[in-house]
Amino acid sequence: MGSVGAKDIPVLLTPEGLRIDGRRLDELRPLRIQAGPLHQADGSAFVEWGANKVMAAVYGPREVHPRHLQQNHKAVIQCKYNMAAFSVDERKRPGLDRRSQEISKVIAEAFESVVFAEEFPRTSIDVYIEVLQANAGTRCAGLVAASVALADAGIPMVDLVPAVAVGKISGQIALDLKKEEDNFGEADLPMALVPQSGRLVLLQMEGHMTPDELSRALDLGVVGCKAIYEKMKQALRDRYSVDPIAAGAA
Amino acid sequence: MGGKVYASILGLLAPKPPFLQVIPLSGRYIPKPEDVVIGTVTDAQGTFWLLDIGAPRWAPLHMTGTPWDVQIGETEKFLRVRDSVIVRVENLDPTGRIGVTMLGAGLGKLEGGTIVNVSPARIPRVVGRGGSMIETITRHTGAQVAVGQNGRVWINGTPDAILRASEALRLIEEQGQRRGLTERVESYLISTSSSNDQGPGVAPHESAHRDAPAHSVPPVGPADERIDPDSVGPAPDEY
Repeated sequence: MGSVGAKDIPVLLTPEGLRIDGRRLDELRPLRIQAGPLHQADGSAFVEWGANKVMAAVYGPREVHPRHLQQNHKAVIQCKYNMAAFSVDERKRPGLDRRSQEISKVIAEAFESVVFAEEFPRTSIDVYIEVLQANAGTRCAGLVAASVALADAGIPMVDLVPAVAVGKISGQIALDLKKEEDNFGEADLPMALVPQSGRLVLLQMEGHMTPDELSRALDLGVVGCKAIYEKMKQALRDRYSVDPIAAGAA
Repeated sequence: MGGKVYASILGLLAPKPPFLQVIPLSGRYIPKPEDVVIGTVTDAQGTFWLLDIGAPRWAPLHMTGTPWDVQIGETEKFLRVRDSVIVRVENLDPTGRIGVTMLGAGLGKLEGGTIVNVSPARIPRVVGRGGSMIETITRHTGAQVAVGQNGRVWINGTPDAILRASEALRLIEEQGQRRGLTERVESYLISTSSSNDQGPGVAPHESAHRDAPAHSVPPVGPADERIDPDSVGPAPDEY
């Protein structure tokens, strides 16, 4: 990697208000969610979001390993976020690193506030998130996939949890940053929302924003999350929908 | 919330005034007392075994809950890790502990055969109304079949019988929400049995009886307790 001079910074926003992939500031990347692609897992989901490809699998509630993590009054939620070595341009060194530990932790905590963990004392709900291809916003894509997978696993929850990153590029607030916008933009604000209650269950920020920009970014993120929420519900409906003719036209 | 009712799990909505019922489409097996389940031994301790019955937790089977005269420390003489058993759920406590027993008709160690997993939500279809589906499978394959309410089905018989019975179960799992399922499964079994028996020239029904449809262990609750998915409109329930 050479040093990045001012000249190397791509034009993130044209005067017409279009981004490098032709989106407007408030547009999401194309999102496709498939519920239940894996058979071994209790629940699973595959998410393609822009150039991100993320698989999530949920196991449990089941026996806790290691035992000492067991909680006598509720289920523990264990999350493992992992990026494949081939998920980025330069080979990613496989295994746990500070970044994936952090993401695993914040995602597990986001789910702790929606899952009815008290229903399954002394058990563990294990969430595995594998990033197969990364292009910024993988923690949000992972969270969306894991949330659909949890529902697919029949785990009782308050709600599904949509997530999206809002950011600041060329001084403007923009929804759902892609890689170049994340790398060369001024700020990145991943967030996850419980749509029915409006509670935020994940909020992180990198870069700089004024308080006014932050509040506008949050509003934009809420709108984005609502759109994602509809796609998540549709994915779950599609999983169990039956062709009415094949079903004997009920 | 806001005068509305939300479901906490993914399922089909079944309005049964004055109640609303959500029939789960997925999820682990949640044990109920008196359920007959098929488990696999995961651990043998001094006085009990731990069974994986597909529930959130392992279920202890105490040595006093078996028909054998087990001495303390000699549990492994009777059941070893990976052995399969058919047991009944006896009691549940609020912490999720599941007590099981092997004392009762049709319970015991499963020798031979193979175990096929289906979704616990599909078990009512596997059994069929009044056991009709199970009866169809055993009659046409000659296999011996035991169904656990936890979604595990034990099949024993000739390799061909096991193969066709497990294929029939796969059919039920995939098309469980459709009507006329028993007929579909029956026609599948007839079609495969005639193609297999073309050599010796045995008629499909004779071949089915060749192995004298061994007793099918029917660990089935009262028929009226089961929910018939057919009676439920496919109203996708939302979170």
